[in-house]
Amino acid sequence: MNIVQVEGKGNVDIFLYTLSTCVWCKKAKKWLKKEKLAYRYVDVDLEPPEKKEAVMAEVRRCNPKGSFPTIVIDGHDCLVGFKPEKFKEVFR
Amino acid sequence: MTDEKPTAKEVEERLRQLRLAAERGGYWLNPDQEHTEELVLGLLLNTRRYGYPSCPCRLAAGDRGNDRDIICPCDYRDPDLAEFGSCYCALYVSEGIARGEGEAEPIPERRTK
Repeated sequence: MNIVQVEGKGNVDIFLYTLSTCVWCKKAKKWLKKEKLAYRYVDVDLEPPEKKEAVMAEVRRCNPKGSFPTIVIDGHDCLVGFKPEKFKEVFR
Repeated sequence: MTDEKPTAKEVEERLRQLRLAAERGGYWLNPDQEHTEELVLGLLLNTRRYGYPSCPCRLAAGDRGNDRDIICPCDYRDPDLAEFGSCYCALYVSEGIARGEGEAEPIPERRTK
């Protein structure tokens, strides 16, 4: 997986499954960046075709609908979609 | 097919065409210019990648048959507009949102496959 690491603060591990073309994904990344939080992400649409299925299996384990962004917190908790109010609650 | 980024001029032209088609069909595009331009950029990129404008907010299979329901305007646009006031990616919005009465919010995914 081509994982991108964005530096920042925070003591929770934030991992986003995103699409490079998705506006809600871009807004989620922008929100985290504005809050100066560290996060990692993978743009699933840019993964090689032979790897996409395995990555989508990971996404569906957390979010059966397989929609984006899917956000995994500390490896187990799952947040789906761009939800600034929820973000404030979880990440601040 | 290529991943070369569409130019600002291409985005502007495609947006003009989409706006015209929307007006003729009785639809409204999201008045949030930045949001709408990002989506049009995604539609142009997907057209280059897959050969058709699949929804930028959904993962395309790259197979027209499989992706038919998410080619913009997607099969879910009308029920989503009726229920939530916008389509899934919020390119299309209700008349109220188009007039500035509120903003489009993310909505649940209706697609089941």
